[in-house]
Amino acid sequence: MKPAMPTVTDILATMDYGPSPESADVANAWLDDHDRCFGHFIGGQRVKGEAHFDSVNPATGLAIARIAQATPGLVDSAVQAAAGAQPAWAALGGHGRARFLYALARSLQKHARLFAVLETLDNGKPIRETRDVDIPLAVRHFYHHAGWAQLVDTEMPGHEPLGVVGQIVPWNFPLLMLAWKIAPALACGNTVVFKPAEQTSLTALLFAVVCQEVGLPAGVVNIITGDGAVGEAITAHPGIAKIAFTGSTEVGRAIRRATAGSGKKLSLELGGKSPFIVFADADLDAAVEGLVDSIFFNQGQVCCAGSRLLVHEGTAPRLLARLKQRMARIRLGDPMDKSTDMGALVDRTQWSRVQGFVDRARAEGAQIHQACAPGSAEPGGDACFFPPTLVTGVESSSEIVLEEVFGPVLTVQTFRTPAEAVELANNTRFGLAACVWSESIGQALDVAPRLKAGVVWVNTSNQFDAACGFGGYRESGFGREGGREGLREYLRARTVAPARPGATALGRRRGKATAEIELRPGLADVVGGPAIDRTPKLYIGGKQVRPDGGYSQAIWAGDRLLGVVPEGNRKDIRNAVEAARGAVAWERQTAHGRAQVLYYLAENLAAQGERLVRCLSPVSGPAAAQREVQASVDRLFAAAAWCDKFDGAVHQPPLHGVTLALHEAIGVVGLVATPQAPLLGLVSLVAPAIAMGNRVVAVPSTRLPLVAAELYAVLDTSDVPAGVVNLVTGPVDALADVLAAHADVDALWWHGATTAQSQRAESLSVSNLKRTWVTTSAVDWLVAPPTQGRAGLEQAVQVKNVWVPYGV
Amino acid sequence: MNPVEARVNPGTELDLSRLRALRVNQPAVARRVAALNASRSVKKNFQAAWLVKAIQCMDLTTLAGDDTPGRVRRLCAKARMPLRADLQQALGVDGLATGAVCVYHEMLPEAVKCLEGSGIPVAVVSTGFPAGQTPMETKLREIELSVAAGAREIDIVISRRHALTHDWAALYEEVRAYRQACGDAHLKTILATGELQTLENVARASWTCMMAGADFIKTSTGKESVNATLDVSLVMVRAIRDWAEETGHIVGYKPAGGISSARLSLQYLALMKEELGNDWLVPDRFRFGASSLLTDIERQLEHHVTGFYSAQWRHALP
Repeated sequence: MKPAMPTVTDILATMDYGPSPESADVANAWLDDHDRCFGHFIGGQRVKGEAHFDSVNPATGLAIARIAQATPGLVDSAVQAAAGAQPAWAALGGHGRARFLYALARSLQKHARLFAVLETLDNGKPIRETRDVDIPLAVRHFYHHAGWAQLVDTEMPGHEPLGVVGQIVPWNFPLLMLAWKIAPALACGNTVVFKPAEQTSLTALLFAVVCQEVGLPAGVVNIITGDGAVGEAITAHPGIAKIAFTGSTEVGRAIRRATAGSGKKLSLELGGKSPFIVFADADLDAAVEGLVDSIFFNQGQVCCAGSRLLVHEGTAPRLLARLKQRMARIRLGDPMDKSTDMGALVDRTQWSRVQGFVDRARAEGAQIHQACAPGSAEPGGDACFFPPTLVTGVESSSEIVLEEVFGPVLTVQTFRTPAEAVELANNTRFGLAACVWSESIGQALDVAPRLKAGVVWVNTSNQFDAACGFGGYRESGFGREGGREGLREYLRARTVAPARPGATALGRRRGKATAEIELRPGLADVVGGPAIDRTPKLYIGGKQVRPDGGYSQAIWAGDRLLGVVPEGNRKDIRNAVEAARGAVAWERQTAHGRAQVLYYLAENLAAQGERLVRCLSPVSGPAAAQREVQASVDRLFAAAAWCDKFDGAVHQPPLHGVTLALHEAIGVVGLVATPQAPLLGLVSLVAPAIAMGNRVVAVPSTRLPLVAAELYAVLDTSDVPAGVVNLVTGPVDALADVLAAHADVDALWWHGATTAQSQRAESLSVSNLKRTWVTTSAVDWLVAPPTQGRAGLEQAVQVKNVWVPYGV
Repeated sequence: MNPVEARVNPGTELDLSRLRALRVNQPAVARRVAALNASRSVKKNFQAAWLVKAIQCMDLTTLAGDDTPGRVRRLCAKARMPLRADLQQALGVDGLATGAVCVYHEMLPEAVKCLEGSGIPVAVVSTGFPAGQTPMETKLREIELSVAAGAREIDIVISRRHALTHDWAALYEEVRAYRQACGDAHLKTILATGELQTLENVARASWTCMMAGADFIKTSTGKESVNATLDVSLVMVRAIRDWAEETGHIVGYKPAGGISSARLSLQYLALMKEELGNDWLVPDRFRFGASSLLTDIERQLEHHVTGFYSAQWRHALP
């Protein structure tokens, strides 16, 4: 029974807000129309499910609908439907697709309240958020990408869609994540097989109705429901060209492993433990509101939630006192009430997980402060309410500071200086987002680029827009969603790939000769005279060093000894990575400064041209060797030229301010060179990587033993700072394994790998979810190097979006 | 009856370092206000009660060149009976009155006469209102004359030039002198926030006035091109909150000008409740300076009582 409505006089004494419920009638009617039992959406048709499971409203604990569990056969028919529809969808052209995306945006808008109410019933988040955030942002995403569909042909020339894209999303922003996935995929001419999270499938199923309503061609969007097994089936399906996944880092790893070597493109938007940095000169009230928006928004179930408060030590008492006051005004309760700030966690499992973290923190000795407004829902019972929670007395080593809680739980640490703030902020495996609060623009803009995060919010938090890329650094995943940078995830360069030659066991074998290398005239000139013995070494941290193992490898061509190369091992790679990590100053060097070094490198390489030609001639012939050296000089010039021209962008979200899309170095990049074009192949990898501020650990080809030695001699004379380029020769597969698995290597480039090598490298890369750029088609380094121009530079950077609101 | 609370803010010395430490991030203020407006909703009896509260906290105002004793009599009668008797009865709030009546000095005798016995205080605008560009000597005299004539609340305007040139010491001295001249009357300081422009100016002017002993801080004269806004209000009420925390002294808040819809008045009340708490939802600590707001509230309350939409002409003119 409802409590009696208090009188006006009663209320004048309490000045309570009272109940203000949103009606669920229309949403319930829609569910009833479907007998509260749903199937899938394949090839433009509703397809009945076989087995079903309950979808539960976590605010009441009651089941509201039955959702179908897709079978592998059904996954296959969804992929078939998408594959069948794709050519025509791509052929429709940008304008044609733009019309459909526009219609989807419009239709979502027309049914906005139904989507919002349904989302709240299914997910437990407050109606205020679904109404004001989730649905409007989803609509905006379709509008924005209607624009991209219109422009993609002219703005992304030379690119083509990937084909069928498999998309798997989590339960925290069900419809919004659908929009983030489907809109760009469709804009670029792909078709999709989409799977919502099993806890929250309803708005995706309503979206299927919208697709029918706007007459979207059958098979362009296919929606299948079910648990993780369905996701696995999509991931494994050979007809899928790309997997776009948002969810936990754990599942992201599994997907990386499952797709390794398959040639499937991959974008992963994973977990986070984002820092929220408050300097002494911040507007503390603003920062407190920022925290509320950051960690209590959506009950803290946000991958980019600012879950680690880092506050200046002297400011902490004031900030925490205000935060506690503010927490006591947060209204926790019925998500359908318009005055509710926080609703329910998504399900009992999640609730227990969050509670477990808090219990363990308390047991570790942390102080737990929980508060919310009077009259809020009591935690416990069937509903999954969890109060705003502040955890103090924790350190960097505490579990609750290290692990993603995915709930309304904030930890507090203090810092003394900006440098320490940055150090603490970056002391994490994740790198999704960060907030910086300071009223000094110099301070804020000094710190923002030093934070390892894909999004940095200056004096604001949790801002999203279709125009601005969103995505992580480190183990928060790779790929961006939104903006031009997000579009690249759904396109590939249109190339006529050269046919891959047969097995290429190139001349490198311990002891005896192999037949592949034809000894050309010229070698005799080199080896003919009484030469002084040369001892090539490894090049690590700007020094020529002997290999750790003390072994060398003789390289034979036919029955002639070409030379002896040092055989690097895992420890040499380790040392090289350490040297590269230490050379961080290169990243902070000005673009102009890096260009100077690259030009100088080119100059010195050219000066050594004759020697290099002589060195290369035995395997390439003098003419090809000449071309290779010339092209290497050209590559260095090109990279030098690009240094200060591969600009980021200024995005224009609907905000009074700017969002700066900065191109930042990835960090330490592992490079594996292939035997073709031993010098040019290596230079073509190194040049764009270091141009953008990365440091590299390269495994040169040993086809010509002296190439690495010739190159480091040039590096030594060209002001390339120690550690920026490191060269470790040795057994390629073994060294590549070490690089791929190394957690302090941020990216791995390997072109012309075999399928087995690619599979192995991508599998091993899960250690830290490094960005892999591994291709298996043969490479013509002279004519069409994959690293040339923007393509290489895009791989050499990661985009950081820095939001700076500045007005109203 | 709205008894005037004893003056509770004695002020402090001028603390320039405290002023300098104030930081206001404008986009964050706007975001908070937008979020607040979207996240608090009152319906049915709750809405009716909140609107009644808005009437209780209203300084019913007329500040025009053509004010006459007759006009002021009508206004004062409305202050005594701000809502039709049948509606008051239906809502169970008989004896409802506004927080005060606010007039120019020349209208003061008429207002005092009309409100005699009602307990409704008369507030008078002063010190060269609205621009404040008159000699200090006459400003002080103006206050003295108004207090002597029965004004219980003096709404002064600050010299905007002091705030705009960041001469906080001059502003402090000015308000200190007004404080002295007011004697036992309440001192409300009008910042003319629309002219101060930046929110940091607003915060610093608010703090300076409170240090100088203001009982209320008030946004606007109603004559600036931009008057009260929720953004400015957020900054000012946070200043009041911090002042109370740091000194223990209570200062009231009065947004004035441009508040003409019932809906907007609810947003102001929610802002006060969220930032300062229920303690500030009383006429001693919160006033709307408004002239046309009342009619809209009356219409909404009639709708609440009868269930049909009302019309302006069904309610007595203020």
